[in-house]
Amino acid sequence: MKSLEELRAIREKMNGNIGFRSESSDDTRIVVGMATCGIASGARPVLKTLSDEVQKRGLKHVKVCQTGCIGLCQYEPIVEIYEPGKEKVTYVKVNPEKAIDILEQHIVRGQAIDKYMLHVNENM
Amino acid sequence: MYRSHVLVCGGTGCTSSGSQQVIQALRNELKNQKLQDEVAVVKTGCHGLCEEGPIMVVYPEAVFYSRVRPEDIPEIVSEHLLKGRIVERLVYHDAQVPEGIRSINETAFYKKQHRVALRNCGVINPEEIDEYIGTGGYEALGKVLTEMTPDEVIQTILDSGLRGRGGAGFPTGMKWRFASGNRGNVQKYVCCNADEGDPGAFMDRSVLEGDPHVVLEAMAIAGYAIGASQGYIYVRAEYPIAVERLKIAIGQAREYGLLGKNIFGTGFDFDIDLRLGAGAFVCGEETALMTSIEGNRGEPRPRPPFPAVKGLFGCPTILNNVETWANIPQIILKGPKWFASMGTEKSKGTKVFALGGKINNTGLVEIPMGTTLRTVIEEIGGGIPNGKKFKAAQTGGPSGGCIPAEHIDIPIDYDNLISIGSMMGSGGLIVMDEDTCMVDIAKFFLQFTVDESCGKCTPCRVGTKRLLEILEKITDGKGTMEDLDKLEELCYYIKDNALCGLGQTAPNPVLSTLRYFKDEYIAHVKDKKCPAEVCKKLLTYKIDPAKCKGCTLCARNCPADAIAGNIKEPHIISVDKCIKCGTCLDKCRFGAIYKE
Repeated sequence: MKSLEELRAIREKMNGNIGFRSESSDDTRIVVGMATCGIASGARPVLKTLSDEVQKRGLKHVKVCQTGCIGLCQYEPIVEIYEPGKEKVTYVKVNPEKAIDILEQHIVRGQAIDKYMLHVNENM
Repeated sequence: MYRSHVLVCGGTGCTSSGSQQVIQALRNELKNQKLQDEVAVVKTGCHGLCEEGPIMVVYPEAVFYSRVRPEDIPEIVSEHLLKGRIVERLVYHDAQVPEGIRSINETAFYKKQHRVALRNCGVINPEEIDEYIGTGGYEALGKVLTEMTPDEVIQTILDSGLRGRGGAGFPTGMKWRFASGNRGNVQKYVCCNADEGDPGAFMDRSVLEGDPHVVLEAMAIAGYAIGASQGYIYVRAEYPIAVERLKIAIGQAREYGLLGKNIFGTGFDFDIDLRLGAGAFVCGEETALMTSIEGNRGEPRPRPPFPAVKGLFGCPTILNNVETWANIPQIILKGPKWFASMGTEKSKGTKVFALGGKINNTGLVEIPMGTTLRTVIEEIGGGIPNGKKFKAAQTGGPSGGCIPAEHIDIPIDYDNLISIGSMMGSGGLIVMDEDTCMVDIAKFFLQFTVDESCGKCTPCRVGTKRLLEILEKITDGKGTMEDLDKLEELCYYIKDNALCGLGQTAPNPVLSTLRYFKDEYIAHVKDKKCPAEVCKKLLTYKIDPAKCKGCTLCARNCPADAIAGNIKEPHIISVDKCIKCGTCLDKCRFGAIYKE
């Protein structure tokens, strides 16, 4: 290594990695349902995609976590977004492609994606 | 890329409670459940809460598990790492609250702490230079080499008010300034004192094990500031994990060109080598340490000349302690004002203490200077086990003294501790409860200095031995009141005449216990009693005939055959045969045996 730029490049590369180990509670949390029902309907690749993309894009103050069964097993995989000071948003039947849309539109640009959300249907 | 990081403590404390086996079990189980590409296992340095080891922290949720056994691993992996259900029973007890789990930073042990020197310990993998760089490592070295003059670096350290963390508290910037003249024209050296030898002190070990690169970076900064091209780390061979990680760190830093020739293309050269100490306490004294690096027998020499003028191999040298070094890069990056905003008027920043003795949370704590002893013991330390009363705390190891209960509210800093007859020392803090005999404590430390005195000067070699003999006479019940006066006189004589810091401070444990606990010394001399019931020669074990059922359990267990009596009749202890081992007291089921 011969320059500070090279040092900073390593730092940037590691940032997503180490920044991950934060204790802050003001972070945006992306929660993936990972109970048996979630895993059976494909929640594992969704979780992996979300986590990888957050780190790849170096998104700060965004955590990707798992949770247990929410009780809506037929809508799994379910992804919920908790932003500080905002109402929780629930996305249903998510797959890795939808997960990337959610990251790009909801997390990065702040626009929730209505068509992926859970809509209460009278005839459910 | 990983979606979860599992940090397992690889410090000496957790290694001895089995963290290596936990890591192995975790790696195997992750493979079994096909999670090895999703979950990273990171072996870190010390988290400080050694009492609760092995420690495991799972991110991104930041869940803090304590006392994790290899048997717990399948459950952690399938429940937490796969399904996201926290294994409540393993969560550190103070992090459990009715609403669920609170952040580890909110627990009593961590809440009042402020981690500067320990900032990376337990956070990064010390064997991976990229992780250190990821938290801003080597940024400070880059800054001084490209943006600052050597004099500006020294001024920054001076302005921060940083004082040596090894014990004496000499201003670090001053030391550097003294060694800074004639840059480029003379050979100079930068040394790191990692010969941590105080009984009960392990903060330097934890920094070396948890964040070795911080020491390398800081030494290179100092090399630039005074114009030195070579550094030595003098570390005790009894710290194998620290030595191993330092070797790895030096190798990685050289590979990246952060040590060696022409660092960052600025023309600055600096390299570091390790020297292992063979376990002599006196080698923690600066002149003895340098003599030992030179390859000679580790003995001190008189000062002046000071190392800044004539140190290692006769060249100007600066020598700082591990914890001092650990503060340097942060001061460069965040500025002297940030550092000076922590602490008290004359003692800036934070101090790491190794908390031990009669305390619930044994471990490593870093607190701002000026925190009271009460906060350390009652809040961070979680109080004294078994509801016993706090009697005193010993700081500074064999060179320090005790802080009695009446001074528990004193803010801890260099000057306050000296004013009450103790000293900061390197940071060992041993808590003692009412069952501790202060004469016995003084004897313990004197025994240590007698063993460790190098023998070069008479006041230390002979004087400490005579001190110990007087103390033994007192704890044997043969002391006289004149002995107490002689003891004190001899203490001052040694303090004034010994050659180096070891001898000059060796009488401190005696002087400070005499100052605060003279009544205990008098009880040993006049009443021939040890009030804490510790000194064996002053105790007799007896059997209360009213309580003794004659079960013969004590007689059967006595290793000296000192107990006689017929079955179902009260037994008697023979004073002549009794070796006062206490076995009978532990064995008796009826509480019939007592000591007085």
